[in-house]
This record gives sequence, structure tokens and C-alpha cells, in this order.
Amino acid sequence: MVTPNRIVVGAHYGWRDWLVQRVTAVAMALYTMLILGMLLWFGGLDFAAWKAAFGNEAFRIATFVFMASLLWHAWVGVRNILMDYIKPVYPRLTLQVLVIAALIGYAGWTLQVLWGAQ
Amino acid sequence: MAVLDRPVMKPRPTYLNLFAIRMPLPAIVSILHRASGALLFLVGIPLLLCVVQRALAAPEAWAQLRAAFASPLAKLVALALAWAFIHHLLAGIRHLLLDAHIGVELPAARRSAALTLVLAVILTLAVAVRLW
Repeated sequence: MVTPNRIVVGAHYGWRDWLVQRVTAVAMALYTMLILGMLLWFGGLDFAAWKAAFGNEAFRIATFVFMASLLWHAWVGVRNILMDYIKPVYPRLTLQVLVIAALIGYAGWTLQVLWGAQ
Repeated sequence: MAVLDRPVMKPRPTYLNLFAIRMPLPAIVSILHRASGALLFLVGIPLLLCVVQRALAAPEAWAQLRAAFASPLAKLVALALAWAFIHHLLAGIRHLLLDAHIGVELPAARRSAALTLVLAVILTLAVAVRLW
């Protein structure tokens, strides 16, 4: 639907964000089940098992998919919160930029943890 | 039809005293879903990255983390985040079921809301037992 009410600090119009929020949620739920399964399988966690898990490339990729889902999911959710409570454009834009900066920083941090100097 | 007969500019009540509004159970689950999400974003993500990074550094760092985790304050923080995660996950699953038109009638929605609240607390208590 074409509407003159589209604003630059608003949502993406249409059903994309709605779907993103659900797809990323399911991805994170699956990863959570994987972690719970691993904890049950190993009967707890010690440094060796922990280190071995992160030494596995498949586990690192699964973890990266989880983190990417988490950061994207967080963006949609936090942006919705800002849209509900912060009405003036400039404070909202400032907070949105800060949130995006934080999430991009977390993405870099994630890469560093997963594939940085070991 | 009656809907079309309504005046267009009907003044809407804007009475938003949160302490006087009686929130139904699904509304409580909803606002806690939002609050837990905000907590997970503000504290959960940076703390998760911090802890995972430290824990992978060296056996000594792992031992240090375990020692830090022994303090009651650290356990309380972990417990608060565990509740936030569990509530957010359960409320999210409820959300997906509602999306699939499962349990959308009011009695069922009330029941699933109550179940979400109670189950989140029970699972958090289980985490607490495991922590202490």
C-alpha cells in the first residue's frame, strides 16, 4: 500500500521485517537446542571440551549463523522499541545509529572470537 | 453498516496511567517479552561475547571466570539474564504458534500466556538450583 506516511526512521514497510524476526528466531532456537544437547551429551563443560567445540569449523559456522541471527533480530526488536517510545526524529535517528554501530561492532567482535588469532 | 456510521473524528480516550490499567495476562507476557529483549540487547550480547572470548583464551582465564562466577552478584546477573532468555524464547514460541493461528481464541491465549509466565519462572528456578 502506498502511503504518504513513510518516514525515514520508521520500519521497513511490508512483511520483510516480520519474516526476518521469525526466521532468525527459529535459527536461534535451533542453535539453543544444539547447545543444550551438547551440554547434556558431555554432562557439563570443562575447558578442554569447550576449546574442542570451538576448534570445530562446523560449530564455528553454526555459532556465526546464531550470532548473525541474534544481531539482526536485535536490530528489528530494538528499532521497534525506539519507534514506540522515541517520537522526535533526531533523537530517534541518533539512537538508531548508536544501536547499528553497536551491532556492527558486535559482529566484528564475533568474527574476532571465532576466527581471530587462536 | 454500523461501522460506516461512526463519526470519522471520534475523540479517542488517551488515559494511559500504567498503574491504573489492569493488564490482562497476554499483555503482561507481551511487555515482559519486550523488556527481556531490551535486557538481552543491552547486557546479554556484550556480556556473552566477553565471557565466550575470555573462556576461550586459556585454561587460567577459564578458571578465573569460574572463580568470578562463584560470587552471588555474578550468579544474580546470570540468573536475571537466564530468565530474560527463557521468557523471551517461550514468549517467542507462543508468538509463532499464534502466527500459525494456533490458540488465538481468548481462553486459549490466556492459558498459553499463563503457561509462558509460569514455565519461564520454573525453568529459571531450575537454573538457580544448578547455579547454587
